[in-house]
Amino acid sequence: MIENRPWLNVFTHLVLILGVAIVIAPVYLAFVASTHGDGAFVSGVMPLWPGSEMAANYGSMFTTGMAKSGAPPLALMMWNALVMAVVITVGKIAISIISAYAIIYFRFPGRVLFFWMIFITLMLPVEVRIVPTFKVVADLGMLNSYAGLTLPLIASATATFLFRQFFMTLPDELTEAARVDGAGPMRFFRDILLPLSRTNIAALSVILFIYGWVQYLWPLLVTTDPRYYTIVMGIKRMVAVAEADPQWNLVMAAVMLAMLPPVLVVILMQRLFVKGLVETEK
Amino acid sequence: MLQTGRPRMQTKRTIFPNKVLPYALLAPQIAITVVFFLWPAGQAVVSSFLREDPFGLASTFVWFENYTRLFEDPAYVDSLRVTAAFAIAVTFCSMTFALLLAVAVNRLIRLGGVYTTLLVWPYAVAPVVAGVLWWFLFNPTIGILPYLLSFMGVHWNHRINGNHAMIMLVVAASWKQISYNFLFFVAGLQSIPRSLIEAAAIDGAGPMKRFWTIIFPLLSPTTFFLLIINVNYAMFDTFSIVDATTGGGPAGATNILVFKVFADGILGLNIGSSAAQSVILMMIVIALTFVQFRYVERRVQY
Repeated sequence: MIENRPWLNVFTHLVLILGVAIVIAPVYLAFVASTHGDGAFVSGVMPLWPGSEMAANYGSMFTTGMAKSGAPPLALMMWNALVMAVVITVGKIAISIISAYAIIYFRFPGRVLFFWMIFITLMLPVEVRIVPTFKVVADLGMLNSYAGLTLPLIASATATFLFRQFFMTLPDELTEAARVDGAGPMRFFRDILLPLSRTNIAALSVILFIYGWVQYLWPLLVTTDPRYYTIVMGIKRMVAVAEADPQWNLVMAAVMLAMLPPVLVVILMQRLFVKGLVETEK
Repeated sequence: MLQTGRPRMQTKRTIFPNKVLPYALLAPQIAITVVFFLWPAGQAVVSSFLREDPFGLASTFVWFENYTRLFEDPAYVDSLRVTAAFAIAVTFCSMTFALLLAVAVNRLIRLGGVYTTLLVWPYAVAPVVAGVLWWFLFNPTIGILPYLLSFMGVHWNHRINGNHAMIMLVVAASWKQISYNFLFFVAGLQSIPRSLIEAAAIDGAGPMKRFWTIIFPLLSPTTFFLLIINVNYAMFDTFSIVDATTGGGPAGATNILVFKVFADGILGLNIGSSAAQSVILMMIVIALTFVQFRYVERRVQY
């Protein structure tokens, strides 16, 4: 603190408390809604204090789902989302770390070309190539499968850049010593690079897990079979029903469960999360 | 010796001599890139010059007709306008709010960590969830916000009022993005040397003056970086918010470009037009990425 200004300190806390309130309020009200019975949303104003139907709402959504929406039980959709998030995380890290290794530790014709090919993926988000990508996946017979949900999202320029940057900071003496001791490239990778990259892998995993979990457009395109719905995309089906038939309590229970895993990851691993975010961001 | 090349393409001084191994290591990433990124993007470019009959049986080469038709289509021009308004509003709201909170947290010696934890978690909330949360709060029948607004004489109904629908989307999209901007602003503020601010304070500059003459200018690299990221976010990552809540309506008031590509291509099966729209979006992303990387390179020299 540079100077003592008590009123400014009070104002600072007021601003922050108000900010936190705005950030938390929608989630609080969603939670409240998820603890009431069906009748609470027909007229008047939405409830502001928790009700008594929490166990019933979450229980029925988790095991049977919202019958009218044609969406499966939340347990299945959360499982699918988990599979998708984990496969994407592991896949992106695995193929990116070996690509970065190839680009940094070898010299071969086409190196620059391959680097630019990976770089270009940054400029081609799914949103801008929806129809042709859908066609490719359909032609490969990967609609309604875990492979279709995950494989097309696994290429990662950002992860490759992060590992490339990290490898550049490692001293050449490390490689020299390994080569003098007779280590081949795979052994060097496994016994030296991989252990050194542990923190980076962990930080990146947090970011990529969230990335995988919140995917919406892609699952929407490649799944028509409810068995492969993920929870985040499944919310849309429930919302469509809620507009006509106000079952906000059930929709909000689904919303809470869709939020919970990634938000827990951020809160419990805040240090890794911040590191991963600030360092990976392009 | 050969250290004059661009820093981006450096290798190690000590390298492994293998000739085949690097290709094997790159193979998975390159295979996925080619099959799911480059090939479809190329297809989009090709079909943006074609017109297909509705059954996809025959197609004719029509040069730039798909593009010229787009810009003559009032719905597309409207969509461009809506997207620009949306991107500017989201970027401005979420960055201003985040900067205010970051400056406040940066003033604190204690409790800063607690506030940070309470503010960062929305990063993990899916955009569609943010959209549905605010859609619920804005519900014209039972929502708390229309209820409060009615005391101010506002009759909220985003189902028929385009401005209301737009405001709702801006609030939802900004709310989700505050945490991200906040983290980067806090990091930026912490990298400003304490001594500069102390010197200004000794010279008699008050908190407001210090902010506008020292802190804000020194924060400009962070601000510029976030500007690009936020425009990118507002243009592309908000598809799900629109899709799950307003569906582009009422009367196209929230029909942002990414949603229109989807609606025309997947729902409307107008492949040529959708492809031309995809190509235009690609050029926007390329421009944004270019600006961003130009800037990142400059930051290295700082």
